[in-house]
Parts: sequence; C-alpha cells; structure tokens
Amino acid sequence: MASRQESPVRAPGDPLPDNVNPLPRKGFLGWLNKRMPVDEFIANQLTGYYAPKNFNIWYFFGSLALVVLVMQLLTGIFLTMFYKPGELTSFDSVEFIMREVDSGWLIRYLHSTGASAFFIVVYLHMFRALLYGSYKPPRELLWLIGMLVYLALMAEAFMGYVLPWGNMSFWGAQVIVNLFGTIPVIGPPLVEWIRGDYGIADATLNRFFALHVVALPLGILLLVMLHLVALRRTGSNNPDGIEIKEKVDAKGKPLDGIPFHPYYTVKDVVGIGVFFVLFAIIVFFVPTFGGLFLEGPNFDPANPMSTPEHIAPVWYFTPFYAILRAVPDQRLGAMLMGLAVVSFLFLPWLDRSPVKSMRYRGWISKTMLTLFVVSFIALGYLGLQPAEGIYVLWARIFAVIYFAYFWLMPFYSRASFDRVKPVPERVVFNAH
Amino acid sequence: MRTRKMRVLQRTLLLAVECTLVVTAAGFIAQGTAFAAEEGAGKLGADWKSQHADTDVANKASLQRGARNFSNYCLGCHSLKYERWSRMAQDLEIPEPLLEKDLMPPGDKPAQYVLTSMPAADAEAWFGKTPPDLSLIARARGKDYLYQFLTTFYVDPTRQTGANNLRLPATAMPHVLSELEGLKRAVYRNEEKRGEDGKATTEPVFDHFEPLAPGRLSTAEYASFVRDTVNFLDYVGEPTQQARRSLGVWVVLFLLVFTWLAWLMKKEYWKDVH
Repeated sequence: MASRQESPVRAPGDPLPDNVNPLPRKGFLGWLNKRMPVDEFIANQLTGYYAPKNFNIWYFFGSLALVVLVMQLLTGIFLTMFYKPGELTSFDSVEFIMREVDSGWLIRYLHSTGASAFFIVVYLHMFRALLYGSYKPPRELLWLIGMLVYLALMAEAFMGYVLPWGNMSFWGAQVIVNLFGTIPVIGPPLVEWIRGDYGIADATLNRFFALHVVALPLGILLLVMLHLVALRRTGSNNPDGIEIKEKVDAKGKPLDGIPFHPYYTVKDVVGIGVFFVLFAIIVFFVPTFGGLFLEGPNFDPANPMSTPEHIAPVWYFTPFYAILRAVPDQRLGAMLMGLAVVSFLFLPWLDRSPVKSMRYRGWISKTMLTLFVVSFIALGYLGLQPAEGIYVLWARIFAVIYFAYFWLMPFYSRASFDRVKPVPERVVFNAH
Repeated sequence: MRTRKMRVLQRTLLLAVECTLVVTAAGFIAQGTAFAAEEGAGKLGADWKSQHADTDVANKASLQRGARNFSNYCLGCHSLKYERWSRMAQDLEIPEPLLEKDLMPPGDKPAQYVLTSMPAADAEAWFGKTPPDLSLIARARGKDYLYQFLTTFYVDPTRQTGANNLRLPATAMPHVLSELEGLKRAVYRNEEKRGEDGKATTEPVFDHFEPLAPGRLSTAEYASFVRDTVNFLDYVGEPTQQARRSLGVWVVLFLLVFTWLAWLMKKEYWKDVH
C-alpha cells in the first residue's frame, strides 16, 4: 500500500511531502483546495495518520462513542421539535411523541436507548485505557480531556433523564440535587440556586432543558474535538503498550503503523455494524430493557406527593449511588461518591509501573484490575437494590475494593512489588 | 404485500430474538421473586403472586374484547387520555359504525380522546381520590400486576367499598367486576415469624380464597375476561408496539447484511497488512 504521506508526526503547519500536491485537482475540488486545505487535512488526519496495526476488539469503542454522540445529537434535534418543557406539558408531550408523531416512538427509543448505549460504550472505552495503560505518559492530557467528556456526559444524562418529568425523573432529581446541599455553608443556598425554586419545579425543568440541549452538547463537542486533537499528537496506544513511533523505517514511517484511512475506517465500519445490530435489537424488541433503560415508575407523571418505593438512578450511575448509600453519614457519603468519580483523573500519577499494558505486568496488577471491574459491576447491581441489610454490607466491601484499586496503586504497581515481564521490541500481530 | 414465507421468516426471527433477550434479561433482573407454589396448590388464589397475565398483543380478537370490557366496565370512572377512539378503531380493526354504536359514549367524536364522563371533583368526593388515568398503567405497573389486581378482590366489611385487594391493599377501587366474578372471602392461616429481637410471634398470612356467591362467569371465563382487558391496556400503553416489532425484524436483517458486507470489505483491505 503506497502511502501519500511520509512522516507520521508532521505538525499541520509543516510543508507537505513531495507526493502530496496541495493543488492537484481541477474543477470544483481544485477551486476548493485553493481556498481551504481539504486534501491537506485528509492527509494529515486520516491517510497520513498512522495507528498501530495490532488494535483488538477494545479499540472499537472510541469510534463507536463518536457515532453514538452523533446519533444522540440528531435524534435530539427531532425530539426538541415536539417536546415542550414545563411542569404541565413535558409528560404529555413525550406521550404525544410516542403516539401521534410519525415515527416519534422510534426517535424517542433511539434517544433513550442511545443514552444507555453511550455509557456502555464509554465504560468499555475507559476499561480499555485501564487494561493497556493508555492514560500513562505521554497520554495524560488525552486521558484528562476524556474524563472531562465523561463528567459532562454524566451531567447531560442526568438532566436528560429529568426532562420526561416522570415520577422517577422528579425524585431522582430531588436526590441528586440535594447532594449539593451536603457541602458545608454554601450547600443550602447552592441547591436553591441550582433548582431556581424551593423544590424541584418548573424553573428547574426549564433550565435543565436549556443545559441539556444547548450548553452541555456544545461543551461535549468541544471536549471531544480536543480529545481527538490531543490524540493526533501522541498517537494511539496499543495492546502491547509500545510506542510505535520509536521504530520507524528509512522514510520515517512507523514500522508497526498503518494509515488510519483506509485500514481503520473500514474496520470501524464493521464495529459500527455489529453495534447497531445489537442496538436495534434493544430498540425494536426490548426498549425498556426490563426497566433498566426506561424505568416503570417513570411512566407515572411527576408527583411530589408520592415517592416511588425505591428511588434508584438509571443503571449507569448506580455504582456511585451504591457508594453514597453505603456510608451512614450523608456528607461523607456524598464526598466519597464524588471521590469515586474523580479518582479516575489521578490515574496517570498513581500508576508507577514501568510498563503500560497488562500483558506485561505481574499478577498483582492483573488481580487488582479484575477486582476493580468486579466491584464496579457489583456496586452497579447493589445501587439498584434497596439500601438495607446485607446489601449495605456488600456495598461497603466493594466500595473499599473500588478505592483500593486507585489509591493503593502507587504501592502495588511498582516494579519492585509487582514483577513485570520483558516488553517486546515490536508489537505482537498475527495477520489473518 | 408480503408473501407467506417472508411472514413466517419474520415471525421465527422475532421469536428467536425475543427468547434470547428474555432469557438474558430475566437472569439479570429476576430478584426476590421466588414463590411457594407447591404449598396450598389447588386452593383458589393460593398462588396469586405467581400468576401471569400471559397476554398476546398481536391477538386482535382479544384486544377487541378488551376494548369492549373497558368501555363497559372501566370507562365509567377511568380515562385513556392519550388514546383517540379513531386510533383504537384503526389499530384494533374495529369498523367505525360499530365503534360509535357500541364503544363510544354517545355524543363523542371518533377523533376525541377516550375520556370518562365522570367529573373529577365528584369522583374525588365519592372515592376519596380521582380514579387514575389508565393510558400508561400497564407500562408503569406491568401486566402481571394488573392481572393480579383484577383477580384478587375479596369481601372486606371493614372497607368503605366493602372490598379489599391483595395486590393493592386498602385500594379505593370498589370491586366493579363482582357481578361477573362473584364474591369471595380471604382465608388466613397463622404463621410463626421470628422478629429481629429473636422473639417468635404469630402473624396471619393469606392462605386462599373461599367463594361466597357465584358470578355470571366461571373462574376460567373470568380469568380470560381479565386477560383480554389487561391485553387491551397493554396495547394502550404503547399503541405502536406491533409496528415496532415488525419494523425491527427488517432493520435487524438489513444491518446483518450490511455488517457482513462491511466485514468482507475489511478483509479485502487488510490483506496487505502483514
């Protein structure tokens, strides 16, 4: 495959290599290229951007997250055409979309299932980083920006969940917003400022709508763009955790790299196809997913006089919710819940291992990562259960494991403690 | 028109997909739903908690009977404020003259929503609360809940309505279907329970129902009456669900073909990667 690009690490301002003529075309594309660096952009970002050739299944989830983001934006636009924010109109307008708008049910289910799909994809994308040490230098900033995307996504999902104004929307908002009230001194006025009222009310619903459809999507788009920009500087990590830029041929091309386009574009399309098969099965055959993606109590309109039997957030927040409820003191619980989320941010500095990938780490790191995944899933399950009896005890045990993974990492990840295996010079790749 | 073969293919695929999903989802969701079915088997109502609505929303005849039941027995107090009469007629294949003559309240128009004629203020005065709108009741509570609710009314002189319910104790709803089902009484047994302090106490626990007076329908007929009604409420909860499933089959088939082609393309391109 002859590449049109020579150096993989050309900055956008650098002169183009000989074989890329910035003005090669006649007609419209020639006209366009004189005024806008179209060919140069494609050469820089796709055909001349080299990615390691040994990506495995875990490397599908980045492009999938982008696809889901686009789907949420598009379906969201159509929902906004019929949705009417307001205490008296929200619930009715959602049912109007479900029943009387042409294909409204489809758009709504794509959007509601898309929210859960977004988190599934993002959690798997984050797990990939934990598995292969993608957060380690030189990719700390890439990781931090990614975590900001995740935080913005949490806010986006929470506010979106309030919009149908079902009873779980209302009581979920009540619980989450009140968490800010546990902050000393400024807590109570802060909660009032967030709600815009003395309770979760019309004002709250309307501002959440504004944030959900304008402010947060813009923020997420900006952060995703920065995430990709940072990725273009460092390049992707890979399952072996080797920097492919360190082994280049005479022309400066990475020996273990292949141009992102066409190789990874055609590969990602397969991933997108598989994803949409699974996604369509849920949307068309089990859109509520047994109450996990759309909860039964949310088909009752918001009612401040009637609390649902168990208030539980949607599944993607339940690991953190379980930690909140595992602590008897509410303020401490809220603090630990916050810590559980932001702990991820510190990973690049907590990890002291000389190697990136789990493939070449010792059994201690592997065990800790396994325990972390088990505790994350277990906490997710426990967050859906009532906070009583044995459930609370288990939540405490798994919360301790959860935090141990992060905060004991500076000790257990050292080479003196967790013996690492020799890392190969070149990536491991078996052509099919 | 679709051919018969395609329809069979579609049904089979749909069934396979649903079975797989139900089994997968059930394992994840099922929790604390173990029922003692052997104990008191054969006694009326002893296994009420494990009874399922077992409805089929594709069964048009059942939905039509359910619509009739709703119009005759529920519409007096309950509305379906998100469902239009005309939509119901179209989805359930009820001819419009029949709809207007037999189902709709006189004077209503087919394009109107299915609304009760009972004024909300009167309803509140009579029952202590406004009877809830039932458009989404099947989605909010589930079909099994509705089936169990409508089959576990029993005579209770301590209630103002003279009736109580196992699924929703102290319900404000009178047993409006008693002329069909007849009357029954709840029989309790004493069960020993150990409290948190370790002391044993005896507590009355529901055992079974004892018929007091027969209704117009037999037990089996009443069960199928309730089943049709619940089926209808399931349809009203999501009128598009049939369209959703039949469109879904084609979307999934298309995506499978698309993914297969994409995979072939990927294989072709990756031949040069060594």
